[in-house]
Amino acid sequence: MSKKHKSSGKGVYKRLFSYFKPYKGRLIFAILFVLLSTVCYSLAPLFMGNATNSLAIIFTGGNGGEAVKSFIMFLALMGCAYLMNAVLSYIATWLIVGVTENTIFDLRKSIDAKLSRLPLNYYDTNSYGDILSRVTNDVDTVSSSLQQSIYQVLNAIFTIVIIMSIMFSISGILTVIGLAVVPVALYIASKIAGKSQKEFNKQQEKTGNLNGYVEEYYSGHNVVTVFGKEEDVIDEFEQTNDELFEASQKGQFLAGTLTPIMQNMTNLGYALVSIAGAFMAIAGGLSIGMIQSFTQYLRQFSQPLTQVMQITNIIQATGSAAARIFEFLDEEEEVKDTENPQFPSTLKGAVDFDHIKFGYLPHQTLIHDLYITIGAGEKTAIVGPTGAGKTTLVNLIMRFYDVKGGSIKIDGIDIRDMERSRLREIFGMVLQDTWLYNGTIRENIRYGKLDATDEEVEAAAKKARADAFIKTLPGGYDFVLQEGASNIAQGQRQLITIARAMLNNPPILILDEATSSVDTRTEVLIQEAMAAMMKGKTSFVIAHRLSTIKDSDNILYMQDGDILEVGNHETLMAKNGLYAKLYNSQFADSNE
Amino acid sequence: MKSVMKELLGYKKELVLIVLTVIGTTMCTLGLPSLLTRLIDEAIPEKNLPLVFEVGGIMLLLVVVGILCGIATSRISSTVSMGVGKNLRSKVFTKVQHFSQTEIDRFSTSSLITRTNNDITQVQVFLNQCLRIAVQAPIMCICGIILAISSSPKLSSVLIISIPIMAIVLVMIGKVAVPLSTKIQLKIDRINLVMREKLTGVRVIRAFGTTEFESKRFEAINRDYQKTNKKMQRTTNSVLPILTLILSFTAAMVMLMAANQVANKGMDYTIGEVMAIIQYIMQIMMAVIMLTLVFIMLPRAATAAKRAEEVLNTEPVIKNKEVTKDNSDKKGYLTFKNVSFTYDGADVPAIKNLSFEAKPGETTAIIGGTGMGKSTIVNLIPRLYDVTEGQILVDGIDVRDYDTKVLRQKIGFVPQKAVLFSGTIDSNIAFGDANADEDRIEEAVKIAQSYDFVMKKEEGFDSPISQGGTNVSGGQRQRLAIARAIVRKPEIYVFDDSFSALDFKTDKLLRQALSKETDNATVVIVAQRISTIMEADRIIVVENGEVAGIGTHSELLNNCDVYKEIVNSQMSKEDMQR
Repeated sequence: MSKKHKSSGKGVYKRLFSYFKPYKGRLIFAILFVLLSTVCYSLAPLFMGNATNSLAIIFTGGNGGEAVKSFIMFLALMGCAYLMNAVLSYIATWLIVGVTENTIFDLRKSIDAKLSRLPLNYYDTNSYGDILSRVTNDVDTVSSSLQQSIYQVLNAIFTIVIIMSIMFSISGILTVIGLAVVPVALYIASKIAGKSQKEFNKQQEKTGNLNGYVEEYYSGHNVVTVFGKEEDVIDEFEQTNDELFEASQKGQFLAGTLTPIMQNMTNLGYALVSIAGAFMAIAGGLSIGMIQSFTQYLRQFSQPLTQVMQITNIIQATGSAAARIFEFLDEEEEVKDTENPQFPSTLKGAVDFDHIKFGYLPHQTLIHDLYITIGAGEKTAIVGPTGAGKTTLVNLIMRFYDVKGGSIKIDGIDIRDMERSRLREIFGMVLQDTWLYNGTIRENIRYGKLDATDEEVEAAAKKARADAFIKTLPGGYDFVLQEGASNIAQGQRQLITIARAMLNNPPILILDEATSSVDTRTEVLIQEAMAAMMKGKTSFVIAHRLSTIKDSDNILYMQDGDILEVGNHETLMAKNGLYAKLYNSQFADSNE
Repeated sequence: MKSVMKELLGYKKELVLIVLTVIGTTMCTLGLPSLLTRLIDEAIPEKNLPLVFEVGGIMLLLVVVGILCGIATSRISSTVSMGVGKNLRSKVFTKVQHFSQTEIDRFSTSSLITRTNNDITQVQVFLNQCLRIAVQAPIMCICGIILAISSSPKLSSVLIISIPIMAIVLVMIGKVAVPLSTKIQLKIDRINLVMREKLTGVRVIRAFGTTEFESKRFEAINRDYQKTNKKMQRTTNSVLPILTLILSFTAAMVMLMAANQVANKGMDYTIGEVMAIIQYIMQIMMAVIMLTLVFIMLPRAATAAKRAEEVLNTEPVIKNKEVTKDNSDKKGYLTFKNVSFTYDGADVPAIKNLSFEAKPGETTAIIGGTGMGKSTIVNLIPRLYDVTEGQILVDGIDVRDYDTKVLRQKIGFVPQKAVLFSGTIDSNIAFGDANADEDRIEEAVKIAQSYDFVMKKEEGFDSPISQGGTNVSGGQRQRLAIARAIVRKPEIYVFDDSFSALDFKTDKLLRQALSKETDNATVVIVAQRISTIMEADRIIVVENGEVAGIGTHSELLNNCDVYKEIVNSQMSKEDMQR
């Protein structure tokens, strides 16, 4: 947890660069190529200057042959230098692209791996939008700035160094005068960059707000429409939009002043050098040609300098994006599986809740002291009012959450002593929300058992009564489900998830309000199939329709996290307690 | 890009100012070398110190003007580019707010979200980077051409060869890069899609132990994206070296031509002239390179702009008529007359020939299998969709003749998916009626059987609701959505399967409390459970979009097989007799 504070400063960059490690060799080669290409690029004007000198001799008509020879030679040298520069710099960028793309690939992969190690609690307490923005937008930011900046930074730094040494070789004093403005420029620029960064952070925040707002009101569009709230919603949007404009305009304005300021600062140096040069020339001691070539180099100086300034901006943005990614990667993970995992030698399916205590938050206890022993092969129904903790119980059996006290045992072995993957293999479940992925129906059913044959998939679908509707779809089993399976009806989605669980055919079943969206006639068919599947298996059923659970071996009546009544239908009805009341209320209307 | 251009033209004054300030900056930068020449040619040979001061002073002045112009450009162009983004975003959002469900279905919600958020940001980023370049480059180009031709048209003729070569190279690279750029967009969408699926499906993934399968699935697209991106980067990275090469060879050509013409054709150039021409030609080609940068970034921005424009150019199929009627003296009447409805692009109608009439105080229930068209029926009432045939009358007036505002004011709608908005419990209920006072809100919450759980929360009515209402349970969400509808005191209540997440007890209490509110209103309930609807005045049984029966519970038990079957599946014999 020590790393959880806003990781900032050098730590982030160091960590980001650690991702380059596997590609160190290629990166070093890339740097070498950048250096060589910059040298070629800086030498070229020198050759051109010599060619110009020869050209001047040709123009004045003196020493024809010699001059033409050296003219052509220098021109060819210049061509070679530029050609080399082009080839070398392309190789350098080619290598850098490879390195950065591999790095980003690795970064995405480690995020993906992290997702599978996070506890369920993380998913339940963070908004999908926020997680998604870290794993997509932030990675995109890092990726595009790496692509842009590595070559530019290297190139700019080498150019600055080489040009500076050439300038010093011409005149030390003029170099000092010309570059005196550079620290001033850098100071001003860093001030501005700091300010604009503040605005950019604000912009980032406002963008988040706005995106959230759009997502929210688009998702609830039908509600906005039927309540006739379009204008109010738009008004509120405009406000956020204005705030975003304010922040981004300021940020962009400040960042945009960097280039002209840097450029004109070097222009200032240029003017100062011209004046000082004129004095020195008048006093005697500096040739006119020297002034001219010196000022040429001074002009070339401004471009890499501006580049470096702009890149510091990009690097800052990269830093905060990378910090958010690393914050995600540092989130606390699921408790590791035990060193010496155990597993029942023969799996019977007896489940024992031994005085468990649980709450989602540290200070809140939802389940105080729950205990019950369920024999192998028994059907257990969980009923009770909404929010009684029925879903929580499922969370605990599957070890999506760990109990805070007591233990859950399967065939006598504490589930915390088992490997999670093996524990979960024991269960087959159909949940309230029908998650299917963007793929064919066949692939989605096969999800229950990845090595299932087509025949097995279709057999499971038939058992789940999904076969009939699947065959009416274009392409049948190869019909491609869109994201969220939005191109089939909710009930059909449910049928597919049931087929998926049927294919899996595990020893213990968990059916969480599984049939609440299937029409009642289909439900009868499913119930039959389920009954066949549940035969000889331990099963937990959470259902609202009491008629479907009357034959259960155990019925748990839960309220506020505790089991208030236990028994089968007959004993509970005879008891005439809470369950009986609930059961009777179902048909109370018809009594009146 | 049409809409972007239109937005840009809204900033005419600013655009003119940008042109002026950019010219100012360019002039200042170009002025310095000629002033230096004056120093060299006049001041130094004459040892004229006052002239050095004078010229030096002008140089410093130019630097100051240059800075001011540069800052002004940045100020104005940031206002323009961010302003265009803002206005575009606002227009798209406003447009979507007025879309009917048909358009929402056509685009899909997630696509509309990307279009409003990401695509417009994309356009904004492009403008921000390119606006200045787009102004500066042509100015540089024109200045350069004028200067080059005025000093030597012969040597400038090099441009006739090198500019087409440049153009050909750029077009060739563009031919490879543009389709790649589209592909990349698709692939990043896929990465995001799979990520989203992994987030929403975390329970299923863990339960089935398919973590490994999932990471392979992700790795495959991750790899795919990486490969395409590498190709794209490596293609566009070739632009700069190639252009630099063309530039330098052009300079060499000028020198060769000059040497040739002087040596063999007896022409006369000074070295200064040749140098000047090279400078100007360089400037022209630099301008072209800058413009290319714009064109490299253009396709991505253009695609984004196009996607936003598709939204802007879509007219909602449901609009108010020019003359609307809303002067009915009746209240709480709902009539379906031979209503049929077919979804956009579907072959078979979702609803066929449905007729019924509901009066105030009556409850109409709709029951039937999944995907049989129950929700479709109720969605037609507030005109989320328009009927394909027949008509729906509210208080005796065709719903299409109403001002939609007035029509929807009469309806309290509880959708199948209970969506809440971020804010507080209070703000969510008040969404139903902005003018409702505290007492009315409390009353509505009580009727919706939510008072107890609301008061149990530390902050009561001011308890925060997170985006989508994910911090309350499904049943609580549903009840709050019901309270939101009740608070409106509507003439027509519509409950689209709104009791499904409630247990029987709450379901019953809620309906009892509600019945006191609905004396003067008509109620339409879509439900799965028989117990929810069995005392309704009219039960409509829907089967494959067709009406399988209309009547009361006891009537249907006698004459409707489909209904009987549904009832049988939910109750045992003894239950039915009770």
